[in-house]
Amino acid sequence: MSEVGISSIVGYIPKLRLLRKSVAESNAWLAPNLMGKGKGTRSMAGWDEDSVTMSVEAARRLLGPEDDRSHVDSVFLASTTMPFADRLNSGIVRAALTLEESTQCTDISSTLKCGTTALINAIASVQSGKSNYSLVLSSDKRKSRVGSAQELDFGDASAAIGINNKDIIAKVLSTSSVSVDFVDHFRAPNEEFDYNWEERWIRDEGYLKIIPKLINNLLKENDINPSEIKKFILPCIFPRVPQTISKICGIDPENVVDNLALNVGDSGSAHPLLMLTHVLENAEPNEKILVCSFGGGGDAILLETTKLISKFKNDESISALLDNGVEETNYMKYLTFNDLVKWEKGMRGEIDRKTALTTLYRHNDAIIGLVGGKCSKTGTIQFPASRISVSPNSPDIDTQEPYKLAEKKANILSWSADYLSFSVNPPNYYGIVSFEEGGRIMMDFTDVGEGEIESGKDVKMVFRIKAIDEARGFTRYFWKAVPI
Amino acid sequence: MASGIKDKVAILGMGCSKFGERWDTSADDLMVEAYIEALDDAGIEPNQLDAAWFSHHIDDIGAGKGGTPMSIALRLPNISVTRVENYCASGSEALRGAVYAVAAGAADIAIALGMEKLKDTGYGGLPATNYGTFGPQIGPSGSAPGNFAQLASAYRAKHGVSAEDMKRAIAHVSVKSHANGAKNPKAHLQKEVTEEQVLNAPMIAEPLGLFDCCGVSDGAAAAIVTTPEIAKSLGKDNLISVKALQLSVSNGLESHHNTWDGSYFHTVRIAAKKAYAEAGITKPREEISMMEVHDCFSVTELVTMEDLFISEEGQAVKDVMDGFYDADGPIPCQIDGGLKCFGHPIGASGLRMIYEMYLQLQGRADKRQLKNPSIGLTHNLGGQPANNVCSVAIIGSL
Repeated sequence: MSEVGISSIVGYIPKLRLLRKSVAESNAWLAPNLMGKGKGTRSMAGWDEDSVTMSVEAARRLLGPEDDRSHVDSVFLASTTMPFADRLNSGIVRAALTLEESTQCTDISSTLKCGTTALINAIASVQSGKSNYSLVLSSDKRKSRVGSAQELDFGDASAAIGINNKDIIAKVLSTSSVSVDFVDHFRAPNEEFDYNWEERWIRDEGYLKIIPKLINNLLKENDINPSEIKKFILPCIFPRVPQTISKICGIDPENVVDNLALNVGDSGSAHPLLMLTHVLENAEPNEKILVCSFGGGGDAILLETTKLISKFKNDESISALLDNGVEETNYMKYLTFNDLVKWEKGMRGEIDRKTALTTLYRHNDAIIGLVGGKCSKTGTIQFPASRISVSPNSPDIDTQEPYKLAEKKANILSWSADYLSFSVNPPNYYGIVSFEEGGRIMMDFTDVGEGEIESGKDVKMVFRIKAIDEARGFTRYFWKAVPI
Repeated sequence: MASGIKDKVAILGMGCSKFGERWDTSADDLMVEAYIEALDDAGIEPNQLDAAWFSHHIDDIGAGKGGTPMSIALRLPNISVTRVENYCASGSEALRGAVYAVAAGAADIAIALGMEKLKDTGYGGLPATNYGTFGPQIGPSGSAPGNFAQLASAYRAKHGVSAEDMKRAIAHVSVKSHANGAKNPKAHLQKEVTEEQVLNAPMIAEPLGLFDCCGVSDGAAAAIVTTPEIAKSLGKDNLISVKALQLSVSNGLESHHNTWDGSYFHTVRIAAKKAYAEAGITKPREEISMMEVHDCFSVTELVTMEDLFISEEGQAVKDVMDGFYDADGPIPCQIDGGLKCFGHPIGASGLRMIYEMYLQLQGRADKRQLKNPSIGLTHNLGGQPANNVCSVAIIGSL
């Protein structure tokens, strides 16, 4: 059996970073005990981002701009905040990435360790020969009550990993899991928020007992001395718990990996993979890395970097993402983005957003995949595709071939910042975006800062929530333009 | 080319309701108001009408669908009533139907009536609506000002106009229309404004402020048309005839093909050329006496001056600032206040434009009366710059 491991890995952290101080100070009258947590920032997804869109963004960064993504045999999508309880969320991701319909798509959920569980499943898929290349995606955007500790502890992010049987930067030595019905917190169906038990109990009876046992068994089974572990990854919102566990297991506490709490917060199921991304972006060859997660038991994955790690580089590394965040001091914006306050949406916000599912399916490639058409006779590119080509003076019939636009270069033809129409994040920026090779779309802009938009400016495409049909609980997706 | 409509049909009578926030007036009574004036002006009885066209855009907050609302409100003698809807150009579409019916000999006398009851929406501006089941899944949930405002960004980029110069030029457009509207007792907005007020108004959609946007109004307008021969037989003289009626509709080129640069109206240029040809006009800047254009937003009016081939391309800002289109300029534009101040009850607007040209040509425009106009042009546009319906009509003394 050939070696199986990670061939690429990348993280995505939303642009905005909510200043914790602004949260803590706003709630100090209510929760003065949380003032001590008012340090640093937490990542804050846009209103139009969720675990599906963040997964798509991470996957695009992983797969690159090439049209041909046929090497992806399977997708494992992990999240505790899937937008749909019954609609294949990984199927939305597959369509957005224009992967083949034959790609095996699996949603993995219901526990914070589902990110590492997805990773273990992908490894098993490639080890078994079922897949040659498996895509692991994990993302979370968890809601928390106003004035809660979670509000300050959590962050929004995603990560993507390619599990491959070639070009490996970190090979898999072993994996292990335990299932323990230890309920440190839970979230019932249709509940927005977690219900949490006492932290000291979670720490002492949960982390400090379940994880060391898991690690000791894994290392023993593989005859590995704990001192060989050069990087120990364990997301945990309780300070110093990973260091205590490392001491219990005989791992050098100096090798405990920073959990990005100061700038990002805990991104739930995605967090071990996000931390792993950060580690691999800075790793040397032949380093043993232990990735653990906690939730309904625990997962452990033992990796060892290969020589190829020295050539591994992400254009948008975790360090770059940390540096390029935009500080958000407006706590009310965070509350509004996450629908945590009853805010005035105005009568324009009342428009019926019912989605015709027949229409969505008929145009699935266009709406979810941003696939347009290219006239085989004139070469004219257009969006959406149509039976009769838009080519001036050459209305050719049935000459359109699918043409992917999501990764193509584009710029702004015209725009406005609209203060009249409904928007969760006014002003409502939209305009016409022209693709350099042809084709244009009147579309929404997102992640726009003041003064960042002008005719002629380059944009990139991002897959985002188009609208949420609150009456029916349906999330509508489409692509938007971000000025670059 | 077809022989065209020039001088085949005359306007027998016209009517127009007071435009504005007509809180106490129903959709039916708006129609009645315009209808009674038109009948009276034409000097005919209802049973002399052979056919009717009814333009109405937003039926769910107005009168409802079909031709029945007009037939019932006016108690028409069971003649044909065809409801037409073509965005904000619906009024011109109704006129086209009536005029063509008369020209074809299918009707001796026909009526076109447009009505919109917009102030039952519950908020300012046009109601937010869905357009089909596919469009809303990809298109921005925008607004009319947001769509038209984009003209400014593309025009500035193309012609190298600074944001400040553009803002000032479109402000002048609105100041001029307010000055005109102040002389019109039927106008929705009858107050003059200063350039400073316009520049400092709240932003609606960059760069359009509140005063760059037209009034959203209730109102109705009607035209009764017949052949010149019948008009004369009814004792009419000083006849006003239709010289041209042209309509051009986007086919997706602007919105789907990269050849359009976003700074102008592709359809307006096509409709204008055809209308000038139909009316026999070769030098519009010299031959047109006055215009009512679709100034839904100040920037629309500005770029339209070029698309109608009155201003040279890239020269509209200069012409506007020079007062070329002011009431005392060479070609007064929006002498009745325009959509900006007369108001914009969508289905009625195309007919309201014709109404003012008709009054001016007959010398009945009171305080607004221009000196010896002979040719009036109306430009009525629906949709948005990238995807629209454009009507250009020309009327004049027979």
